[in-house]
Amino acid sequence: MFDNIKVNKKSGNDIVIALAGNPNVGKSTVFNELTGLNQHTGNWPGKTVSIAQGNYVYNEKNFILVDLPGTYSLMANSAEEEVARDFICFANPDVTVVVVDATCLERNLNLVLQTIEITSHVIVCVNLMDEAKRKKIEIDLVKLSSLLGVPVIGTSANKGKGLEELMKTIDELNNTNPISIKYDSIIEEEIKQVEKELKNVNKRWLSLKLIDGDEKLLESINKYINFESSKYNELLKIIEASKNNLLLKGMDKNKLRDKIVSRIIKLSEIISKKVVSFKTKEYNSRDRKLDKILTSKLFGIPIMFALLGLVFYITIAGANLPSSIIANFLFGIENYLTDFFIWLKTPEWIHSVLVLGIYRTVAWVIAVMLPPMAIFFPLFTILEDLGYLPRIAFNLDKLFKKACACGKQALTMCMGFGCNAVGVTGCRIIDSPRERLIAIITNNFVPCNGRFPTLIAIITMFFTGIFASPFQSLLSTLILTGVIVLGIIMTLLVSKILSKTILKGVPSTFTLELPPYRKPQIGKIIVRSIFNRTLFVLGRAVLIAAPAGLVIWILANINIGNISILSHCSNLLNPFAYLIGLDGYILMAFILGFPANEIVVPIIIMCYMSTGNIIELDNLTELKALLIDNGWTWLTAINVMLFSLMHWPCGTTCLTIKKETQSWKWTIISFLVPTIIGIIVCFVVVSIVRLLGLI
Amino acid sequence: MNVKPLLEIPVNKKAKIKEIMIDGPIRRRLLDLGLIEDTVIEVLQKSPFGDPIAYSIRGAVIALRSEITSKILIETV
Repeated sequence: MFDNIKVNKKSGNDIVIALAGNPNVGKSTVFNELTGLNQHTGNWPGKTVSIAQGNYVYNEKNFILVDLPGTYSLMANSAEEEVARDFICFANPDVTVVVVDATCLERNLNLVLQTIEITSHVIVCVNLMDEAKRKKIEIDLVKLSSLLGVPVIGTSANKGKGLEELMKTIDELNNTNPISIKYDSIIEEEIKQVEKELKNVNKRWLSLKLIDGDEKLLESINKYINFESSKYNELLKIIEASKNNLLLKGMDKNKLRDKIVSRIIKLSEIISKKVVSFKTKEYNSRDRKLDKILTSKLFGIPIMFALLGLVFYITIAGANLPSSIIANFLFGIENYLTDFFIWLKTPEWIHSVLVLGIYRTVAWVIAVMLPPMAIFFPLFTILEDLGYLPRIAFNLDKLFKKACACGKQALTMCMGFGCNAVGVTGCRIIDSPRERLIAIITNNFVPCNGRFPTLIAIITMFFTGIFASPFQSLLSTLILTGVIVLGIIMTLLVSKILSKTILKGVPSTFTLELPPYRKPQIGKIIVRSIFNRTLFVLGRAVLIAAPAGLVIWILANINIGNISILSHCSNLLNPFAYLIGLDGYILMAFILGFPANEIVVPIIIMCYMSTGNIIELDNLTELKALLIDNGWTWLTAINVMLFSLMHWPCGTTCLTIKKETQSWKWTIISFLVPTIIGIIVCFVVVSIVRLLGLI
Repeated sequence: MNVKPLLEIPVNKKAKIKEIMIDGPIRRRLLDLGLIEDTVIEVLQKSPFGDPIAYSIRGAVIALRSEITSKILIETV
């Protein structure tokens, strides 16, 4: 019955709990703490956009927890709100827990009251009690409970506080006596008229929404409740009559909606005034002071780039040593493996395919990818948990508006640094379909974690290698930041071009919440980013690298005529590749690297090595020598970087784009746009350099 | 009574909402955020390029673009 909201019950006795809440109130933390299921929580509004489920056992009963999308309201203004509302209203969860932010209770009460209107089985979980205490905000939970008529539990979910009591309350929830929200008498009269036609438990609320002209709800009623068609038509008539009655009394659609919303918001205000006391007037002065600096006219943008640069500097400087240790270690093992194969007296080709093909590719991927990821992900998660990312969107919004796009695109770009597929999924936070498509198509201009180790390696080899160590990292950071700025410029430019051509339109407007800054929990961040992100991404890369190594080895070692298949392909690609400053092998590597960007460089190495002498590759100096032997110049290096920044999205990202857009057309466009742009940019750069005779 | 668009209110000043002259989903979103008649909000600060501007609305910080704030009528407090 529920296509988009299926609950996986194990037995009929399972108790279903819906978890609702505003974005950014720690709802996902409550969910994770209760179920132990790992689901990523981020400190920006609208992050939890899909429904997650988990379960826990308490008092020998099985509880199924359904994590609804974070919403400000249940008025079905967006797809998320519609899903959340339909679940609470039609899936009949046994209990609905509304998680609210203790530091911002008044705004959150809006959702609580709307939920109470739909169902009486509500528990309010006032989360972030520790934050409130720190800000000297006191909340009278007992009074709140008696005013709302439902149980209220205070929690600090990130510290595990109050969750035991929450589980107990959920288990023991019986009859509640929730506050009833009364509207103007003329509205109440019409509610009574429509109510007669309905049999549902929450008929009062349904009636109100139907008079309010909520067409989506009418669709949902049709979908979830089996009405006889004659009854349904009768209902439609009554609703029409009620709307007309209201119109006669001077209450048009907008006025009615305002009345309904205002009633709940005013009630929130009244309740909040009764239960919340601010012990200090300046309870959020620290946040305001931070914002005055981090988003100021003078320092906002420089600090943003400085922070980004700092993250990259720590990544580059910190990854050098572990990278060479891991490389030494893994290539040391390679020697033993070779000895082992010699001792086994296996044919040479077996050794070649297993060690030089598969093992070497995997070893490269691990040595080059693991250290930067293990440093970058935790650092980035700290910025995320601090609440800094929405500030980036705030800082850059005007640029996106000029490009006819949404400022939240800055957030999805930030997610793209980790993984473009994640960035594409993140585009759900953008409400306007047109702007969401723009964000999806351009996400690939942000170099993901699979690409920037490649960028770093090339920068170090060709541009900063001659400098002493501390300056080297600093200079590499500057160049890398430059590459990323280029990516941002391309994003804005392409967004603008798309808005003027295939995705015509004016920027739609939106609201952006700047959540309070929160102290990140370093320990949890490290565990979460290493296990959830680093190992996951690395695992995927290795899984793809191993078979890819095999394929490359086969292509490189099976000859047709005098030369290998790989050389044939490369020769075929060479003329075109020359035009964009690459060579056939490099272009071939980018093509074969479609499953995962991480393996582009190892493929290039293998291609070169299969045609020349095999050398030890345990440091970048030797790699550089190999590349230069194969005709690389600084121009080749620049073009590899440019093409790495601007070419087709990887296989995983393409699949994600298909899933998110539900359209092959937009997937193909997302594939073509960065590819064409990359080819044009490389061609222009190469032509200029060659024309000027710089090389 | 001095009624003007919210956009014209300088930073650090407070204003009382009088009327939202926008229809459709944006109006509903603004109502959901608590922007109803007589709500007092404070102008917190401008973003580096001057637009959007951050406002304190019922305890939350919300950034709004100029095309919205030019259509919200307020009364100076």
